[in-house]
Amino acid sequence: MSETADTVVLRTRELRKTYGSQAALVRAVDGIELDVASGETVAVMGPSGCGKSTLLHLLGGLDRPTGGEIWLAGRRVDRMSEKALARMRRDAVGFVFQAFHLMDELTAVENVELPALLDGRPPRAARRRAAGLLERVGLADRAGFLPAALSGGQRQRVAIARALANEPLVVLADEPTGNLDSAATVEVLRLFEDLHVAGQTLVIVTHDSRIAATADRMISMRDGAFIDETRLTGGTSGNLAGLAGLEG
Amino acid sequence: MGKVLLICRLAARDLRRRPAQACLLLLVIMAATATLTLGLALRGVASQPYERTRAATNGPDVVATIGTSGQQLSAQVRALLGTPGVTGHGGPYPVASAVVRAGSRTAVAVAEGRDPVPAPVDQPALTQGRWVRPGGVVIERAFADALGVSAGDRITLNGRPFSVAGIAVTAASPPYPDFCEAGCYFSVGNAPGAVTNPPSGLGLIWLTQADARALATGPLAYVLNLTLANPAGAQALATRYDNARAHTDKPVLTSWQDLRAADAFMAQDAQRILMAGSWVLGVLAVATVAVLVAGRMAERTRRVGLLKAVGGTPGLVAAVLLAENLVLALAAAGAGLGAGWLAAPLLTSPGAGLAGTPGAPSLTLPDAGLVVAVALAVALAATLVPAIRAARTSTVSALADAARAPRRRAWVTAASAWLPVPLLLGTRLAARRPRRAALGAASIAVTVTGIVAVLAYHAHAGQQSDAGSGGLPNPLLGHDQQILFVVTAVLGALAGLNAIVTAWATVLDARHSSALARALGATPQQVSAGISVAQVLPALPGAVAGIPLGIGLFAVASSDGG
Repeated sequence: MSETADTVVLRTRELRKTYGSQAALVRAVDGIELDVASGETVAVMGPSGCGKSTLLHLLGGLDRPTGGEIWLAGRRVDRMSEKALARMRRDAVGFVFQAFHLMDELTAVENVELPALLDGRPPRAARRRAAGLLERVGLADRAGFLPAALSGGQRQRVAIARALANEPLVVLADEPTGNLDSAATVEVLRLFEDLHVAGQTLVIVTHDSRIAATADRMISMRDGAFIDETRLTGGTSGNLAGLAGLEG
Repeated sequence: MGKVLLICRLAARDLRRRPAQACLLLLVIMAATATLTLGLALRGVASQPYERTRAATNGPDVVATIGTSGQQLSAQVRALLGTPGVTGHGGPYPVASAVVRAGSRTAVAVAEGRDPVPAPVDQPALTQGRWVRPGGVVIERAFADALGVSAGDRITLNGRPFSVAGIAVTAASPPYPDFCEAGCYFSVGNAPGAVTNPPSGLGLIWLTQADARALATGPLAYVLNLTLANPAGAQALATRYDNARAHTDKPVLTSWQDLRAADAFMAQDAQRILMAGSWVLGVLAVATVAVLVAGRMAERTRRVGLLKAVGGTPGLVAAVLLAENLVLALAAAGAGLGAGWLAAPLLTSPGAGLAGTPGAPSLTLPDAGLVVAVALAVALAATLVPAIRAARTSTVSALADAARAPRRRAWVTAASAWLPVPLLLGTRLAARRPRRAALGAASIAVTVTGIVAVLAYHAHAGQQSDAGSGGLPNPLLGHDQQILFVVTAVLGALAGLNAIVTAWATVLDARHSSALARALGATPQQVSAGISVAQVLPALPGAVAGIPLGIGLFAVASSDGG
């Protein structure tokens, strides 16, 4: 965790999400208590099906909890209307998905500028910002390429640039390296390192302990509940790829 | 054999899994085939009521109208009766023109003097009341309907009061308002003579010869009904006689074939409307089915992958899809044939001026074959592209249920960045699937074409309705409007189905991009509005194109009718 970050940006209390009923009841998220400070990188890890992705969807307002509270920048999220949730996702949250989820028919720069356009920003400003973000993720020369013409790592970098388009309070990443090879994983992790250094709040869901080891805090999850929490020294401010054991 | 069974089984299972979609497809093709069946069924039905009337009234083979009197009349009658092949006659009957007043309605009629005893040729068949008597007239049924009178009512002819003794039908002249459709020798004024431009909207009234003569304010005309040894030769006799006419005083001969053709006029109009309507509906059905099939295909991507993964060939995949839709098309053709055949009698009314009730429509085996072929062609045309596409899909991407790669339109993406969010989303959605957008535009164009053609007809009919005498309602227009209503209703229903199907396919295709837009911060309203915009955008050019097309369709349909 960076030294200056001590304000809680994201908070949950008794957060629950269940599916089904009675005998078939599934507790995907079961009483989660979480505080994420500004500029902190939190990694949530656990086996497949433990509820990590569901938790991330709840935190980002993509899904509604069955019970409990979610607070983002002092505003209660779980009671928001759909419209307010949409505004919150637009202004305060950036998503990075495992499957990238880029628009196939849009070029890299068009994908990155999309959240800004949805936010009603002037097209020229949105394009400038998108071009700057692509430069930041090292893809300035691929701005006019369609996703199909990019490698997996490049696509994920485009997705990260898109997540940053509206300068979100928090970036939520769902298995961001799950579909990438080792080299591409290093590229993406370096990007997250840069974001962390720049003070961007990050919540990364992963089942890869090497990725989790790069965070300020690592939380282990099983059967919908947090079972362990480890505060890591140094976080991603050190040699990230080396720390993750991915440097060749 | 095993492969055929497998295809049938897979097709049947798939149809059972998605019954709503199957029903939609069935309905769309059925609507088009039912209308086509109606159009075809009306083709030959016109002659049947005329034949029945002709038999019931001892209808003439030739009707001669004579504009002379005295010795000249006698000579002309003798000449006609002496013509080789003439075997019988009725008349000559004196004819006067009369202004008819029935309540507030006024019309002009031909008043034909008859004997109280039945005539051997053309004895009008009473549908109400009794035959003529002094002071009591019989009115042709279509004319009586237009006047709004029935047996027992009172009317005036040229100011003289008469009672309506009965209502009757005849095969010796076309019913109101087409009395002069087969040729006419009567003018609206009192003086008979050769009429170069026959008046429309003349009615026919029978009364005693004494009453007819009393009505005349000028020279009378005469009608002589003839029967021939060879009725089929009536047309040739009339033509020969007409060619030999040196001057206008000679009689005008009208054959029963001409009278039948004039009677068929009403059904011909209706048939023309139905045929034009069925082709419009057919095009709309193709567009709807194409979108529906493509949408169904998008839902089956993973199933195609599974089929291929277990060894199904591309041919098998295409065959299953084709089999499903062809079976549905066959069922729809059967249902459409049945519906059209059952509905035809409601629309093939013989008209008030003819005897009998409508019989079974004359739907022949070739007609039924044509309907089935059209249904199969609609399904085949709409299925072929998705079937081939499915067959060519890579097994891996099909198993992953990957959506078909959307089209990229760089200029649309660039231009839409300047638009408000709903328009931005809608424009990009529409641009993703240009073929669907084109089909949507074509569907709207066809619908608007039909609606504009109907409106043009109503505007035209509004002008025509005043063309009859005394502003009486025109029964032909009423019948045509009834048919037009049916076509318009089917068109509206099909257009509604088309809109539902297109919207469903768009929503289906936009699932991923809509969800992504939501994740990136678009509100539900913005996404919904975007999907609506994606429907409306292609509709606009379609609607604009439909206006001139509709006017053109009406012009073509009108000119066909002469």
